[in-house]
Amino acid sequence: MDAIIASGLTKRYGKTLAVDAIDFSVAAGQTVGLLGGNGAGKTTTIAMLLGLLIPTAGSIRILGHDMARDRFAALARMNFSSPYVALPQRLTVAENLRVYAHLYDVRHAGRRIAELAGQLDLTDLLNRPAGQLSAGQKTRVALAKALINRPEVLLLDEPTASLDPDTGDWVRSWLERYRSESGCTILLASHNMAEVDRLCSHVLMMKRGRIVDRGSPAELLTRYGRDDLEQVFLDIARDRVREAAL
Amino acid sequence: MIRPSARRIWGLMYRHLVLYRGSWPRLLELAYWPTLTLFIWGFTASFFASRVGNTGAVLSGMLLAGVLLWEITLRSQMGVAISFLEEIWSRNLGHVFVSPLRPWELLAALIGMSVVRMTIGVLPAVLLAWALYAYNLFALGPVLILFALNLMAMGWWVSLGVVSLILRHGAGAEALAWSVLFALIPFSAVYYPVSVLPAAVRPVALALPSAHVFEGMRAALEHGTIAWGHMAWATGLNAAWLGAAAVLFMVEFRGARERGALLTIGE
Repeated sequence: MDAIIASGLTKRYGKTLAVDAIDFSVAAGQTVGLLGGNGAGKTTTIAMLLGLLIPTAGSIRILGHDMARDRFAALARMNFSSPYVALPQRLTVAENLRVYAHLYDVRHAGRRIAELAGQLDLTDLLNRPAGQLSAGQKTRVALAKALINRPEVLLLDEPTASLDPDTGDWVRSWLERYRSESGCTILLASHNMAEVDRLCSHVLMMKRGRIVDRGSPAELLTRYGRDDLEQVFLDIARDRVREAAL
Repeated sequence: MIRPSARRIWGLMYRHLVLYRGSWPRLLELAYWPTLTLFIWGFTASFFASRVGNTGAVLSGMLLAGVLLWEITLRSQMGVAISFLEEIWSRNLGHVFVSPLRPWELLAALIGMSVVRMTIGVLPAVLLAWALYAYNLFALGPVLILFALNLMAMGWWVSLGVVSLILRHGAGAEALAWSVLFALIPFSAVYYPVSVLPAAVRPVALALPSAHVFEGMRAALEHGTIAWGHMAWATGLNAAWLGAAAVLFMVEFRGARERGALLTIGE
């Protein structure tokens, strides 16, 4: 069963076509990478999946819910994390998590917060204001917020951006473990090709609002005759695409 | 359905309440302007009362009641608008709007916060009026509840208009949160009856619930009567304006989702 289905998804701002009639689906339990350069349409696509942005055309179904008609039922079963959307800085970590536990109607919020704090190594930080945390700590808090409602679908926008390699590796390991334990469906937008290679079973390559290629990391490497996804990314970004792929 | 909604509304209110719990400057700021305004008008009213005798005492009572009741409108309006702006300033709107929080629940939480902020802001001024100027606002009687509810409702629909403008024009429109209601003071007949206004302006005043509330306030203070006609007008106008403001908010909210403004509203 597909957890996410996007059909003919289009977003136009005036004369600018940000996302151009893309179709894709993500099977339940799969982790899919959404790749592309700046301005490729990744963030716009994620914003439409989250209901923050109304598509100009096309449809989205998440966990069987039509996002145009029934988005709140879907939103209750999904969550999102991005380093570009902050949590209130003056609230402590525990207060922030409690706010979102209420917003997602989580029963036994205190127990859930303690559980996540244990898993994400946040216990000592619970009483610290979010604004006083390091980038790595903030990422872990953002992940805790994103997991507060035990989401069946998780949208991650560059979850390890601005993290040092050690912390980035810690987050990736944690996400791998979480996915295998929970069966959560993950759509991951990232510029970190090693991360995508490690976490994703399938990749969607976006360029100028279109999905220009797709497949498993291994398939893409074979198709482009490359050793790593970074080279595939550059081939696509620099239009060295088709002769390599065809 | 009610319980999850109540929990989400409480969640957003909790986010704001903990800010106040941990910050005495924020609490002080809430009461600062109402108290300062009361000091200025309280001494002015005392001066009038000492010069004009009994008539002056009645007039100073009207002045103080006007000051305190208008603060209810002003603080209610700012309570909604500033709580919304807090979400923009903290770059938190993205998380709020991708949660299952419905737009009406967002508004309910903002209105809840406005009641809290208004109470913390205005109550000290009411108590000071009693302590310093021997003026007891509660002497107006139970009709005070009607006055307060109507003035709060007016603050809410004005702020809904402000929030709608912020959704359309971004944070550039945030100055309206502080200024918009001041433009309505001349037409609200806070310190004088509507009949004092030029005939051409009176329809504007009578379209505002506040003008009816303050006419009712003067009737209560001067004659000890409840002007039910004015109360009915105030309530009906508030219902109409609230309905119109809610429609405007929903239109602008949808427009913001179409333009992608929810992603960039704080920039």
